[in-house]
Amino acid sequence: MSFFARFAQNRGALVGLIILLLIIAMAILAPLLFPESPWRMVQRPFLPPLSQDGFPLGTDTMGRNVASGLMHGAWVSLLIGLVSTSVALLIGVPLGAIAGYYGGIIDDILMRFTEFFQTIPNFALAIVLVAIMQPSITSIVLAIAIVSWPPVARLVRAEFMSLRNREYVEAARLVGQSNTTIILRQILPNTLSPIIVLASLMVATAILLESALSFLGLGDPNVMSWGYMIGAARTVIRQAWWLSFFPGVAILLTVLALNLVGEGLDDALNPKLSRER
Amino acid sequence: MVYARLILMRLFKAVIVLFLIVIFNFLLIQLAPGDPAAILAGEAGAADQEFLDQLRERFGLDQPMYVQLWHYVSGIAMLDFGYSYRLGVPVFDLIMDRLPATLLLTGTAFVLSLVLGIVAGSMAAARVKKPSGSLIMALALVFYATPLFWVALMSVVVFSVYLGWLPAYGLYTVGAGHTGLALVLDVAKHLVLPATTLALFFMAIYTRMTRTSMLDAAQQDYVKTARAKGLKPGIIQRRHVLRNALLPIITLAGLQAGQMVGGAILTETVFAWPGIGRLMFEALQQRDYNLLLGIFFFSAALVIVFNIITDLVYSLADPRIKKGAA
Repeated sequence: MSFFARFAQNRGALVGLIILLLIIAMAILAPLLFPESPWRMVQRPFLPPLSQDGFPLGTDTMGRNVASGLMHGAWVSLLIGLVSTSVALLIGVPLGAIAGYYGGIIDDILMRFTEFFQTIPNFALAIVLVAIMQPSITSIVLAIAIVSWPPVARLVRAEFMSLRNREYVEAARLVGQSNTTIILRQILPNTLSPIIVLASLMVATAILLESALSFLGLGDPNVMSWGYMIGAARTVIRQAWWLSFFPGVAILLTVLALNLVGEGLDDALNPKLSRER
Repeated sequence: MVYARLILMRLFKAVIVLFLIVIFNFLLIQLAPGDPAAILAGEAGAADQEFLDQLRERFGLDQPMYVQLWHYVSGIAMLDFGYSYRLGVPVFDLIMDRLPATLLLTGTAFVLSLVLGIVAGSMAAARVKKPSGSLIMALALVFYATPLFWVALMSVVVFSVYLGWLPAYGLYTVGAGHTGLALVLDVAKHLVLPATTLALFFMAIYTRMTRTSMLDAAQQDYVKTARAKGLKPGIIQRRHVLRNALLPIITLAGLQAGQMVGGAILTETVFAWPGIGRLMFEALQQRDYNLLLGIFFFSAALVIVFNIITDLVYSLADPRIKKGAA
């Protein structure tokens, strides 16, 4: 069976993929449909949804267009999710590979280091890091990456430990390939499937983390994000529930879609292991 | 004997981790924007040099770095976390004041999520490939993907604003002057929404884990033996499958402690629950870095204590651990 056929067998994954594509489309179309900055005050505040043309989701406390914020926010969420996951992979994959390949004392030291980061409460650490570095896209991406690399390191380490004594690795060693070459060219390509699955789930978690940070007021003050929209509307929830409702649905759908896609990728990439669902 | 050794080992590890966090905190204070003295003076409205120096001296900011580090570490070893720059109150007192509310909230949410998660997960495992089983798993996935703070806000809209069933803010009704049982009931009423919203996310995790773990356990030989003996399926599910499936869930519950703290920050912020999570939000808004880092250290310590407890529970639940201990 082809890769996509296996993926499509999981119907949930297909639904997830469609939702995800729609959200990507939202992100791409945002500057075309709403060329004005989502921060601009364009109407009177607290306009309910569907009450006026051009403002399908109403306006917020400052008279900003909620629909525009939602579209522009999609871009921010996806960007931060993707970039922070990539950075986490850049930290976790090398650490896990080195620990798993060399073993011994190097493994010990690297794993204690990883454990340390796993013990620290994730979200509290992310808050402290962003608060100290000052909120910006860069600091948010870094903070999310710093709290999310340990599972990557553990996964890659486990894979390397089980692969390092395989025959093809022994053969590469006999041929005289260097350790770096063996790690990068022989073993790493064989660990990609579980890394890809984990990464897709990490993007989902990163989006949740970013929204929670900006909900608390730690978002980049220059970009409109879903978490910020909910946080800014928190105090007026009694008068205007819709201001918090729609961005929340957007986060929920995005995270749900990514999780479904992750499960589908798992089925498609690890056919032997795929559990019955 | 074995337990004493296990506890000692874990405590030793915990002290090292906490020590590293203290050093980490100290480095972060150095990175924090602005001179704390200037921040303080700016607040007081008088920023002349003399006053700044005075402040610097009072907070030990004029000493060389290693002396400051030493003061900081030895201070924390004696439970002195310094002062909140904004409130002028010792950080330790502030945290101690708020800790009971957080323990009440997270404790309730933890028990709630564990019980509901295990029940839902067992039900889903018993209904594999049936629509009802799939429905449970679909719900679990949705709760897993929902931002906690958003569920919290929406539950305020529905249960507090629209239906008017439950209070949305605070720990108890201010000014009602309840005492005794009336106060307990009042707090319990205030606890319902925060604890439930915090529990939902973790319930989703435990549901998924219980199901997987039970399906794994059901494949084991001893289950086949029990079935061959002619035991009733209900008894096999409870005595043989669930019992063994619980072990990985205990481990997972320990690992979730850190997440629980993070969840509490968000829930307490929404519900104005006077715990350390809400305190962290307040410290954040006022850029009160010393208080922020004090709470950060404390939350890490809480997680470590919880991890030690789960380790002990685990070794009690699984007698095989004893031999492997140390």
